Amino acid sequence: MFADRFLSPIWLAALLLPVAGLVQATPEIQTWRTTNGARVLFVAAPGIPMLDVKLVFAAGSARDGERPGLASMTAALLDEGAGDWDADALADRLDDVGAILSAEVDRDMAAVALRSLTRQPALDTAVETFATVLARPTFAPDALERVRRNRLIALRQEEESPRTVGQKALYRAIFGDHPYAGDPSGTPEAIAALAREDLLAFHARYFVGANAVVAMVGDLDRAGAEALAERITVGLPAGAPPSALPAVPDLASGTLESIRFPSSQTTVLAGQPGMRRGDPDYFPLHVGNHILGGSGLVSILMDEIREKRGLSYSTYSYFLPLAQPGPFLMGLQTRNDQADQARAVLLDTLKRFIANGPTEQELTSAKKNITGGFPLKIASNGNILQYLAVIGFHGLPLDYLDRFNDRIESVTAEEIRDAFARRVHPERLAIVTVGGTAEPLVSQANGAP
Amino acid sequence: MHRRFIALLLLLPSLGAVAAPEVLERRLDNGLKVLVKPDHRAPILTSQIWYRIGSSYEYGGITGVSHVLEHMMFQGTERLAPGEFSRIVAENGGEENAFTGRDYTAYYQNLAKDRLEISFELEAERMRHLKLAEKEFAKELEVVKEERRTRTDDDPQSLTYERFSAAAYDASPYRNPIIGWPGDLEQLRLEDVRDWYRLWYAPNNAILVVAGDVNPDEVFALAEKHFGPLAAEEIRPPKTRAEPDQLGEKRLRVKAPAKESYLLMGYKTPSMADAEESWEPYALEMLSSLLDGGDSARFARELVRGSQIVASAGASYRAFERLPGLFLFDAVPSKGQPIEAVEAALRDQIARIQSEPVSGEELERVRNQVIAAKVFERDSLHYQAMQIGLLETIGLDWRLADTYVERLAEVTPERIQAVARKYLVADRLTVAVLDPQPLDDTEPTPTRGGMGGQTNVR
Repeated sequence: MFADRFLSPIWLAALLLPVAGLVQATPEIQTWRTTNGARVLFVAAPGIPMLDVKLVFAAGSARDGERPGLASMTAALLDEGAGDWDADALADRLDDVGAILSAEVDRDMAAVALRSLTRQPALDTAVETFATVLARPTFAPDALERVRRNRLIALRQEEESPRTVGQKALYRAIFGDHPYAGDPSGTPEAIAALAREDLLAFHARYFVGANAVVAMVGDLDRAGAEALAERITVGLPAGAPPSALPAVPDLASGTLESIRFPSSQTTVLAGQPGMRRGDPDYFPLHVGNHILGGSGLVSILMDEIREKRGLSYSTYSYFLPLAQPGPFLMGLQTRNDQADQARAVLLDTLKRFIANGPTEQELTSAKKNITGGFPLKIASNGNILQYLAVIGFHGLPLDYLDRFNDRIESVTAEEIRDAFARRVHPERLAIVTVGGTAEPLVSQANGAP
Repeated sequence: MHRRFIALLLLLPSLGAVAAPEVLERRLDNGLKVLVKPDHRAPILTSQIWYRIGSSYEYGGITGVSHVLEHMMFQGTERLAPGEFSRIVAENGGEENAFTGRDYTAYYQNLAKDRLEISFELEAERMRHLKLAEKEFAKELEVVKEERRTRTDDDPQSLTYERFSAAAYDASPYRNPIIGWPGDLEQLRLEDVRDWYRLWYAPNNAILVVAGDVNPDEVFALAEKHFGPLAAEEIRPPKTRAEPDQLGEKRLRVKAPAKESYLLMGYKTPSMADAEESWEPYALEMLSSLLDGGDSARFARELVRGSQIVASAGASYRAFERLPGLFLFDAVPSKGQPIEAVEAALRDQIARIQSEPVSGEELERVRNQVIAAKVFERDSLHYQAMQIGLLETIGLDWRLADTYVERLAEVTPERIQAVARKYLVADRLTVAVLDPQPLDDTEPTPTRGGMGGQTNVR
């Protein structure tokens, strides 16, 4: 154990400090709407002559409908031609001024981001290009064919990874007929069948002011930010917000799918529907999961699986909160002949945590970790941009960051035990394993004692 | 368009404007070098300790020992139980990790600004007082073997890279994977780790880097208090096996379960440490950006969008390494393209660089990207401290991080052509091809070797 002589006074002081009582310097969020209805969240960050701006649309793969991969392909084609510029011209315009454009799609959202210097004329060139890419993508037929062919190759490469194969199977098992079941990257059949008209229609429906949140962090004042947000969104029609996604049904029973794969390890994944953003149980589940498998090296899962037994390099659990309940997910990878043992430890650890909840010591440590580490989470422009996008997209209160530590502090062990008992059902988990046979391998026979 | 005009406007004022915050330097009597970079943008800090030891210091039979030792640094000291280190850091709101590279092993904690002393107290303890017990070693070695399976054995591209490196270098320790060959991990003993720790973990073989919302004098005083009492060690410079001149092109195929083929090509190139001319590594870096620096670069424009012969292609070069390395190309063929055609297309690109000077417009575009990237990286405290630590562990001066952009901006079309002609020649080349094997063969693959990147994160 940790000897007393090693505890210096400053250390004790730090451990005893009521961290949540400190005044947290959280960023001041300013918000308004653009003329065409897009909601803007802005934080002025004068330290570095740069700007980050991210447009978030409810245009994720949950909107794919009968065409898995439609949302993702729409986003991928944005910078392949827009306005009068082809892909070469767009790339030149951005690279000439050192700007970085990116687009990504998850189940809920399509996010298109720009990072630029604020110096002129770099900023004007970057913003003009960005606005055109958002509002007037051409979806040129030759670009579509090329991106489609390369997407099909990427999908085949995903089949080389046991972890990706397992993750896709697990989402199918958790979500069944719900639109969250499909992977954003799509399926080969649907990607092969996509027509240019599909992309045009998807863009016209979802890339509209009423469906957009603009997150901005950078070296601008309020007036400059307002003008810029206007210029970025001016080409988007006002449009209408999309309909809500359907509710996610609970799993009726547990499932087990074993996928044979020529790998030296077996990937073990387990999950079920978890929670949504703004969920009334958000904080108890978040803190509880932090203790169970969300705090890296010091989590209970890491202790049981890795530190005590050496079974896996990585093991974790997480809730992925989405607009509708996203998954609660647990995972590890272990040598094929240890897969059954590791799976049993993983599930037993979850069951024990649900039955007992956290100890007071575990809860205190977790709170100190989360609240004490909060300044790290909002230290960079990139961090803050991410929070603004989430707050704006999910309609979280603007004082979300101000109140975050207090809400963590107020969680009790009983609330965690209660929330896990109501929300996590180990007898109804979807379980997926991907790996080889359990025969010990020759080169490993003299491994473990 | 006003492209040239824009570029000049960007370039000229920025070279002064990007000058990063000052770094302050102190050396303790026991040889520990302390570097402090104040940055008061946010009330946080990063504390990093870098040891001059990594896989390129290892010899045959014990490969992977630096990385296993890195794992053991979390497994208990004279005063700390196994795992206690991480629990204390976590209770103080810290983020921590460690990573092993070819030339370094580094440990860091990111903390709120008032928690620096916790980092120093803990790191000073494990610098000289590691426990290294048999029980924790046996368990941690199994964890590392699992890490190897996850990172390399079950990833066909990582596996290809591992075997490619082993073939490209005849003698240089860069031929060994950072995580170690499977056979060496099997025969590794606690005594090997203990010897390695005693040889290399000492204040005079380490660099302490602190960046963030700190007062440098207070940092130096705390460093003196916690690291000052530690004894120095006699560090004998490693006897590194030098790479002999390559005597002709080398080729290999790597068979592994996969769906798509993959091409790797590497040309022997100098690093900053051994370049005949100090401008050569900068010219090689600019060359890699011209080919693969964004969507406007030649590979994206001509190979992905133009001829459409590849699904993706990359070029990379690392100037800051202890030993000479490789200028690397990699590519995934587009549908129906034979791997031979992809290789021919990459070699055509190289030939064009050698025969025609790049245009001023292209070069200006790369300069502007480099300058902007230097501004953007100020958003990451962690990355800034990483750069300082990396340079110092390979024996270079941290000031190189500040002059880096200027030196890149000075590179001329003639010098790019010159390094391409001198180094991107067949006699320096190794080519590896991933030969995909069926995935539906359900026999487990035997354990093989590998490390995909340059760094193993704990």
